[in-house]
Amino acid sequence: MQLRFTPEEESFRRELRDFFTTAIPEEIRRRNEEGKQQWPDDVVTTTRILNERGIAVPAWPVEAGGQDWTPVQHHIWREEMSLNFVPDLLPFNAGMVGPVIAHFGNDAQKERFLPATRNLDLWWCQGFSEPEAGSDLASLKTRAVRDGDEYVVNGQKTWTTLGQYADWIFMLVRTDPDVKKQAGISFLLIDLDTPGIEMRPIQLIDGGHEVNEVFFNDVRVPAENLVGKENDGWTIAKFLLGNERSGIARVGYTKTKLARAKTLAAQITTPVGTLLDDPAIASRIADLENQLLALEVTQLRVVVGSSDGKPNPASSLLKLRGSELQQEAMELLADIAGADSLPVAGPDAADANGTADVLSPEWAQLSVPTYLNYRKVTIYGGSSEVQRQIIDKAVLGL
Amino acid sequence: MEFELSEEQALLRDTVRSALTNAYDVEKLRAVTDTELGWSRDVWRSLAEIGILGLVFREEDGGMGAGPEELSVVMTEIGASLAPEPLLGSVVVPGSLVARTADDTTRSEIVDGLSSGARLLAFAHNENRDRWPHAAVLTDGAATTATDGTITGVKTLVDHGDVADTFVVSAREADGTVGLYLVPADAEGVTVTPYRTHDRRRGAQVEFTGTPGTRLGEGDASQAITEVEIAAQSALCAEAVGAMSRALDLTTEYLKARKQFGVPLSTFQALSHRAADMYVQVELARSMSTYLTASLADGDYDPITASRAKLQICRSGRHVGQEAIQMHGGIGMTAEYPVGHYASRLTAISHTLGDADAHLAKLTGSVAEWKMVTVG
Repeated sequence: MQLRFTPEEESFRRELRDFFTTAIPEEIRRRNEEGKQQWPDDVVTTTRILNERGIAVPAWPVEAGGQDWTPVQHHIWREEMSLNFVPDLLPFNAGMVGPVIAHFGNDAQKERFLPATRNLDLWWCQGFSEPEAGSDLASLKTRAVRDGDEYVVNGQKTWTTLGQYADWIFMLVRTDPDVKKQAGISFLLIDLDTPGIEMRPIQLIDGGHEVNEVFFNDVRVPAENLVGKENDGWTIAKFLLGNERSGIARVGYTKTKLARAKTLAAQITTPVGTLLDDPAIASRIADLENQLLALEVTQLRVVVGSSDGKPNPASSLLKLRGSELQQEAMELLADIAGADSLPVAGPDAADANGTADVLSPEWAQLSVPTYLNYRKVTIYGGSSEVQRQIIDKAVLGL
Repeated sequence: MEFELSEEQALLRDTVRSALTNAYDVEKLRAVTDTELGWSRDVWRSLAEIGILGLVFREEDGGMGAGPEELSVVMTEIGASLAPEPLLGSVVVPGSLVARTADDTTRSEIVDGLSSGARLLAFAHNENRDRWPHAAVLTDGAATTATDGTITGVKTLVDHGDVADTFVVSAREADGTVGLYLVPADAEGVTVTPYRTHDRRRGAQVEFTGTPGTRLGEGDASQAITEVEIAAQSALCAEAVGAMSRALDLTTEYLKARKQFGVPLSTFQALSHRAADMYVQVELARSMSTYLTASLADGDYDPITASRAKLQICRSGRHVGQEAIQMHGGIGMTAEYPVGHYASRLTAISHTLGDADAHLAKLTGSVAEWKMVTVG
């Protein structure tokens, strides 16, 4: 048993930290720390800096621009990104469609898409969810009918995150309605400039615009944009979702939030000292820190145990607890803000995304919108209920 | 980073597991815990034979020279089987105090007796009204005191104090320091009042009235006591992980086997999702037990690390014990069925050397001292 990183791993960590803190512009990292990231520019800039250095997509196959890293090195890379407030890379490119094309795409697709996907010259969005098929992904209805060298796509996708910035969308479409629902699905790449596509924003409870509905009306897609074989889409989707779950615990990110909670609580005065002297608040922080530590050690157990390349069903535990702890950290920050969280904008409706010019600090004004936004993390990427179902079946055999 | 057991550790685990599995099922366990002794001398002998009783002691003293990891491996199996043999109370805790403080002759003699199973010690330390983390010798009039080598005072909640042939007693010296004394159980002025615990173990209250004792080492023993208690917390954490893990297994087996409304209970999502949450709690507990054990194996006896681990273990243990009973329904309430015994043992562990509230309070008190908590 050994719970320490090797000297080589420690120096790997230091190199990454030096790079992140010198190469990524300070103002980008500061904005990210304060929850005021500029979309899409901060992500694009960051991705291109990392790609230049060859570490934008370390999990991809080496021949596609990835790195031959150990699971522990991947873990350190992710953690140092979080701890140094480097913006998250676009998961649709780095974690989803890139690895899919690298594993299932043909040579022409690899050549056409991988370099642009890695460098974020192409911004991808995800067309999986549909209004009638939430967690039951295989129930999707969007049809793609082969017509000569093209597919004709009709249907609707929803919860398409950051689709407003996207150039292309990767889709699960039904290509055979007459077989078992998982068997008739294909994986298709679609240029969002194709006629017949309409993207509509969905406004969320935090006031922001982050997800969209996408409508497809007789959209003609070249058949060469099919990844893998027709009706093999479910295999690809499972591969993609397996990738998505790794790193989704976001332990490093939540650590920075708890550290921030502590700093802020120590700055807020009460009649008897600071808020950090209040045993109720201090105890909540200490408790969350400990739960996060338990998750971190568990994550390391999964990371180290996954060196044989097989997905570990315990990673569902990481998604489940990791998302809950992200939420609890946001809730804590909102509660530390207290009544100062009430104002979020000036009275003019046009200012809706700004902050009000009042004494309540900006972080406090941002705290509840962020808390509300983070209710999503136990819903996306396989809801907590889906993760429990996976544990029941794959781990406990129920 | 390495979390797997070494080959030797895995062998140790398998050996202990097979010894205890052969020794105990729930009926044999109840039969043994209903005796006056509360545990089995036969099992004790077999533990001695495979070297478990001498596990933590140096080879020069007649022990196995194993470390905290090996103790955790063994305690996990003890937890899984609910074996009532007093490895921790009669051997590891008092024996480690002797090993740390005694002169060569005494240490060698005591460790030899412990390793062979011939000797049973007990650590007489707790005093009435003295809750963790202040579980040291009191400083007021109620304290056990040592005056010119004679001990006077009352020690409560002495783990397996009913059978000890020798006590390791902590006492407040005239100069305010804490000393440790060896006191034979049959010495003059020793009164032992035995009791049973809710988890079917044994203990005693022990009163010393002008009892002569032999001082172990010189100087203040507080640091030795603290470190041995941290080692004991680590052992209890590992035992709890074994118990939780088995309680979860029993529960999942039951959910699959038991039918209600014509279908297995496991088909009810309201239950299966709660089983998933039990699994999460068991694994988080396993992680934190590992965290503490690895820290001790590095020679780092940090009370904060111990509190971190014990807090998680107390929380997980409470959750798993309660849910295991609930999901079994009425059968979980019966003494004939093991699951309730696991809940009882987990509760006892949560109340030993600090409960969740006490450990959280300790962490809360120092929360401003670090920016963030991190591994490695």
